[in-house]
Amino acid sequence: MTSSNPQEKNWVRITRAENIPLREGRSVEIAGHDIAIFNLGDRFLAVENKCPHRGGPLADGIVSGRTVVCPLHAWKIDLESGQVTNRPEENPCVKTFTTTVYEGVVMLEVSVPEGQIALEPSCMARTTPRLPAMSAGD
Amino acid sequence: MSRLVVVGNGMAGVACVEQILKHAPKFAITVFGDETHVNYNRILLSSVLAGEKSADDIVLNSLEWYEQNSIQLRLGVRITSVDPARKTVTGDDGSATSFDKLLLATGSNPLIPPIEGINKNGVFVFRNLDDTRALLSRAARGAKAVVIGGGLLGLEAARGLQVQGCEVTVVHLMDTLMERQLDPTGGSYLKSKMECLGVRVLLNRATTAILGNGKVEGVAFKDGTAIEADIVVIAAGIRPNVDLARHARLQVNRGIVVNDFMETSHPDIFAVGECVEHNGTCYGLVAPLLEQGKILAATITGNKGPRYEGTVTAAKLKIMGVDVFSAGDFSEKSPGTDVVRYEDAALGIYKKLALRDGKLTGAILVGDTSDSHRYMDWLRTQEDLTPHRRQLLFPGPSEDAGSDIAEMPDTKVVCGCVGVTKGAIIEAIHTKGVNTLAQLKESTRASTGCGSCTEHCQQLLKAVVPEFQEESLRVLCKCLPYGEEKLRDTVRGQRIFSVQEVLDIYGNGLGCEICKPALSYMMDVVWCGDHDEDRSARFINDRVHANIQKDGTFSVVPRMRGGVTSAKELRRIADVAEKYNVPMVKVTGSQRIDLLGVKKSDLPGIWAELGMPSGQAYTKGVRMVKTCVGTDFCRFGVQDSTKAGIELERRLEHLFTPAKVKMGAVGCPRNCAEATVKDIGLIGQEGAWQVVVGGAAGKKVRKADLLITVESTEEALQAATLFFQYYRENANFLERTYDFIERVGIEKVRRETVYAPLAVQQGLRERLRRSKRLARDAWLEGDEPRHPTQFVQIQPIEKVCQ
Repeated sequence: MTSSNPQEKNWVRITRAENIPLREGRSVEIAGHDIAIFNLGDRFLAVENKCPHRGGPLADGIVSGRTVVCPLHAWKIDLESGQVTNRPEENPCVKTFTTTVYEGVVMLEVSVPEGQIALEPSCMARTTPRLPAMSAGD
Repeated sequence: MSRLVVVGNGMAGVACVEQILKHAPKFAITVFGDETHVNYNRILLSSVLAGEKSADDIVLNSLEWYEQNSIQLRLGVRITSVDPARKTVTGDDGSATSFDKLLLATGSNPLIPPIEGINKNGVFVFRNLDDTRALLSRAARGAKAVVIGGGLLGLEAARGLQVQGCEVTVVHLMDTLMERQLDPTGGSYLKSKMECLGVRVLLNRATTAILGNGKVEGVAFKDGTAIEADIVVIAAGIRPNVDLARHARLQVNRGIVVNDFMETSHPDIFAVGECVEHNGTCYGLVAPLLEQGKILAATITGNKGPRYEGTVTAAKLKIMGVDVFSAGDFSEKSPGTDVVRYEDAALGIYKKLALRDGKLTGAILVGDTSDSHRYMDWLRTQEDLTPHRRQLLFPGPSEDAGSDIAEMPDTKVVCGCVGVTKGAIIEAIHTKGVNTLAQLKESTRASTGCGSCTEHCQQLLKAVVPEFQEESLRVLCKCLPYGEEKLRDTVRGQRIFSVQEVLDIYGNGLGCEICKPALSYMMDVVWCGDHDEDRSARFINDRVHANIQKDGTFSVVPRMRGGVTSAKELRRIADVAEKYNVPMVKVTGSQRIDLLGVKKSDLPGIWAELGMPSGQAYTKGVRMVKTCVGTDFCRFGVQDSTKAGIELERRLEHLFTPAKVKMGAVGCPRNCAEATVKDIGLIGQEGAWQVVVGGAAGKKVRKADLLITVESTEEALQAATLFFQYYRENANFLERTYDFIERVGIEKVRRETVYAPLAVQQGLRERLRRSKRLARDAWLEGDEPRHPTQFVQIQPIEKVCQ
């Protein structure tokens, strides 16, 4: 594992912490990855901004404890492990990223020296066409 | 007939009389009460103080009950002396009453600690209904209240005063709140719960003086410190009221001494309740006095035999959201005691059981008292718990609440206060035609004490009575164990203004995608928009005021009142669509135009250039009023539906509702704008309007019900808005008008809106007016975002090369 000292070069500065409101997420594009970063009050957690179900923007979801609920079809994703928690029969997950806050700035871990983003191992997910009842049109 | 005189018209005395009446009634009964009220449930005074219940709600025996049972009731008369030799009692009104048997149920008095200046104006005790009323009259918003005593009563009084708007401090002599019922850890959990509610707690403080010149201005402590106060409540404990007995030369220690048959040292004098001492113990809770009443009734009616053997007492704090239960002996000091503990500091849950020889001796539950029944039962039965040893703090896997009640044996006590068994409840249901909770209370008295068995009683009713109507038990989600109606009352009564506060105090502190939007709506409707808005609790649509689409883009539907637009508006829409490369422009089913496939970051620009208000197509709110051509051009129109529809939309726009509200207005019964399948419809007729509600043409198809027929357009708009506000206040979140009406019934809706008393109608209108005053076009946030990154894509400070 990489060092967690934020002064070393394997951290990249993303945005000031106050730019992500409490219990909300914001998306940011880093090196071709669309990443959702969430403010959980005591820490920030980051995952790939793409629901394994239909690619919904997780950054726009409602935060429930340390999980986020995808705004499209209510898949629930654990922000620490990346696991989908309410589809136990399939076990899909999203990539997670390591974050820290240093001098009021949210930082993301990248692998040195190439400057590529360090990723947790991700897993492949199959999708199910299940649509919960949600508001659709006008 | 022999004469029975009862001194004391409280819970103990009257409960005992009730038991005496169950035996052959051979007494002429006179009851003296120094209060001027009929017998009420003293335990619930804190609910009266908190405004959750009225004085009438807590009455246990009405005047008719006394009459029907030929009991002579002498209210407002204090008995000043008892002459055991002449067998008379004398009242403070000078009356002398003879008795053959005398029952003393004089209860207890508040313990007044030796504090200087205790007689100052503004110092109260909290013992009876008059005290409660006096406190209520002084408990003004912003008043500083100090409660001396951090026991059960003191904490309940503190919460009640705080709900009334006072700034409350609880001052406690000891280092643990409720130290007789809790250990230090339990006490600290309770303390943080109270502080979470906004009640300040000072421990280890001995009050030495009440400060102020005639009127209370502050409270001084032994350590030299002092705090300001406008009201002081003394809740330092109780002392058995034994003066009468002592003067009558009965044997008295701390309480009036009684034997196992509830006889005093005089053969014709008996005593019951908080004033007695049995086996060295004085009780201050409801369950023992009811048990004693039963024994005494047997003794006094010549059926002497049953013995009182003491009561395993349990205390339960009655503050919503602060669950505390304590029973038995939980001390860890005695040798051979095993302690089982569970703690979750984040959720505020603390449980502790004490066992000796495999049997439960005591239990403490803070933060989650749902298992209190099980522990109470184990305490009573002294069952050997060795086989359950691994699951003591958790129910076994198959034991959900439903099967729990089914598996309960008939002999098991459901209501611990009154001592009603499961069998007795089932018998009452079968033989006395009981099928509601109110009837069950009336018939068996179950659930009339502390009320903690209400849920079990309801489960039994539900299981045994086929037609039992569950009393809004539908729970919102697993985060919050309450139904929405209960939650609305709580939010209002406890003055909670934010979603997170509800979740922290009454829920699991987390919330989810189901309860957060529901609570957000609840805050808005209860406080008429004057709440602490928390956007993180809103669905994305309500954070960015647009409807999220399958690819993460959004759709934009500007408001086009009554479906009427102009060349200028259409031109602006066309320009916006071109400039922002809007992939699809579509006419919706609601007579307006949808721009689909818009990026979040383009929303503010689009709104500004459209120059039209939000059509709320993305939210649970006022969608539109669909109209027909009306009278201006149509050759059949008999009412100006276009104008009426635009006006209705204008009056209600920008408001939120439990589910979307789509309306319609038509100028003649041809119904071209389909008003009969709208949530609210206005149907024009010759010289009249029909106002219809609860129509549907979506997943469900339903013809709307007639609310009322009126003559003028203004009356029609008034009726529609009355219904609108009633629906806003009473429907559950996501419940469309058509489901709401089927649940409540159109007759009730009529009765409570258009046919309601004027004051009720004015209340609905006033709350709608207040909401409307604070409601604003959500799209104005395009220029003044609530948060700097509400619509803006975050740009990383540092780039990473690929």
